[in-house]
Amino acid sequence: MRRLLKIYMEKPELAGVVLLVVLAAVFQVRSNGIFLSAENLRGVLGFMPELGLVAIGVTILMICGEFDLSVGSVFALAPMVFAITLDDGVPFVPALLLGLLIAAGIGFINGYVTIRFAIPSFIATLGMLFMARSMTVVISGGFPPLLSSVPSWIFTQYVGPGGLVRMSFLWFVVIALLAGGLLSLTNFGNWIKSTGGHYEAAASMGIPVNRVKIISFMLCSVLAGFAGLIQVLRLNSPLPSIGDGLELQAVAAAVIGGTALTGGVGTVLGAIVGALLIREIDNGLVLSHVNANWFKFAIGALTVFAVVANSWLRRTARRIKVQVDNEPAHHRVSRPA
Amino acid sequence: MNRPIIECRGLHKWYSGVHALKGVNLAVASGESIGLVGDNGAGKSTLIKILSGVHRPDQGEIFLEGQRVDIRNPKHAMQLGIETIYQYNSMVPTMSIARNLFVGREPLKFAIAGFGIMDQKRMRQESVQAIADVELHVRSPDAIVSELSGGQRQGVAIARAMHFKSKILVLDEPTNHLSVKETNKVLGFIRGLKAQNVTGIFISHNMHHVFQSCDRIIAMARGEIVFDKPVGETSVEEVQELL
Repeated sequence: MRRLLKIYMEKPELAGVVLLVVLAAVFQVRSNGIFLSAENLRGVLGFMPELGLVAIGVTILMICGEFDLSVGSVFALAPMVFAITLDDGVPFVPALLLGLLIAAGIGFINGYVTIRFAIPSFIATLGMLFMARSMTVVISGGFPPLLSSVPSWIFTQYVGPGGLVRMSFLWFVVIALLAGGLLSLTNFGNWIKSTGGHYEAAASMGIPVNRVKIISFMLCSVLAGFAGLIQVLRLNSPLPSIGDGLELQAVAAAVIGGTALTGGVGTVLGAIVGALLIREIDNGLVLSHVNANWFKFAIGALTVFAVVANSWLRRTARRIKVQVDNEPAHHRVSRPA
Repeated sequence: MNRPIIECRGLHKWYSGVHALKGVNLAVASGESIGLVGDNGAGKSTLIKILSGVHRPDQGEIFLEGQRVDIRNPKHAMQLGIETIYQYNSMVPTMSIARNLFVGREPLKFAIAGFGIMDQKRMRQESVQAIADVELHVRSPDAIVSELSGGQRQGVAIARAMHFKSKILVLDEPTNHLSVKETNKVLGFIRGLKAQNVTGIFISHNMHHVFQSCDRIIAMARGEIVFDKPVGETSVEEVQELL
């Protein structure tokens, strides 16, 4: 029993799941049964992949010990590049790939500048936040092209039982599974965790720490750009202002899901739970007839609460360990003397 | 003396004008354990950083089992069989023992261009064995390293070096920040190296630790080796006098 409790306490994303369920029950009652209706879930899950993908990227990068504030701007830049090249007559797929390539390039620059000049990624990507946003507005020329006759169904089509989710949700699930697998199953995931967990130790064990970091920056940027593309195809127009403030929501999602700012700790599942919680609160407050301006207050309070609660859980879990240690020796890895 | 497993000839190193190593000659026999002592700035760290591939000598040669080698980087040093354990231990505190043991050298089920799926079952099994081999007792290979004591962490680091069949283990102040009990445990690990035919190079400020666990004492000062005697022919007082 105690063992289960300890395992549970060491996984902050599970606490998030509990909160998710509790809040769903509260909103369900407060909204007179609308919150969990198929119609409403469709709305919540329809928007979910966009924040979720950005949160996954930010989480991977935070596990690697770095930080990206430019994701909100990349979220706008990648689809803008896509829309403009499409408008110039380039076919759909190459235009899409070009948008993602630009995102990857931005991630590379973020990582390269951070490492080459040994500056905090907070600063490097803060600069990129402004620069990428500015580029987006400049290349849009003030009049972003309308997207016509694009196969936007690859993201927006409703599928599943009763058309519950959009195609974008399936993309999201596949990417989330791949990202989760990358972190927990592959050797590269091990390198990401070790680079963020203890940079010197990872370097002394021969991990190519700088390359690992740059690749993580690029992954984070590409996911943000991809999320932006999903949103633009949903809205059918690449507005230069989309994704504003998204970087902080993504960090909030990561942190709520148990990712540590110090690096080395975090999970993809945590990022998803965090993103779901944010979307749930956003939607639930409206349905409960609460003034929607309380949304940011709720996210802020939840973020601080989550970090305080997580560190408390971790401390408590450690204390449980001492007791487990005193259990009979057959639990231990021991060797006959 | 047997054929030396590692030999340095005329190693020189300059750091922006500072002559940190001034022609160091050192030969270590297989299975021997060396205690390397000296004050701060004597050149101990520079010497072991060269052996572990962190720095490269500006002049001089290194021979490993008679073969001339050029140690390019830490990974290369490990491939050659030289493993280093640092004072601020080489474990990642946020990861499990099994993952730490294999970090950078994960066994893969299948791989493309060096990237692939880790064989986690094998990692767990082998880390249980590796830990037992150094007579260390921990609960499970899945325990997070930050939950281990400092001495246990050094024990896992030594288990890792053993598991990968290192020929030479360099220990850079492994007993710093440890309690007396933990220190004794680490000194025990070092004494156990000989039984596994591993050569040890143990750097410490503490003369007593070195005398308790090594065969031969080498002292450095101002970038040179100034003293080199078997433990039986000298005493803590003599070495302390000299430094």
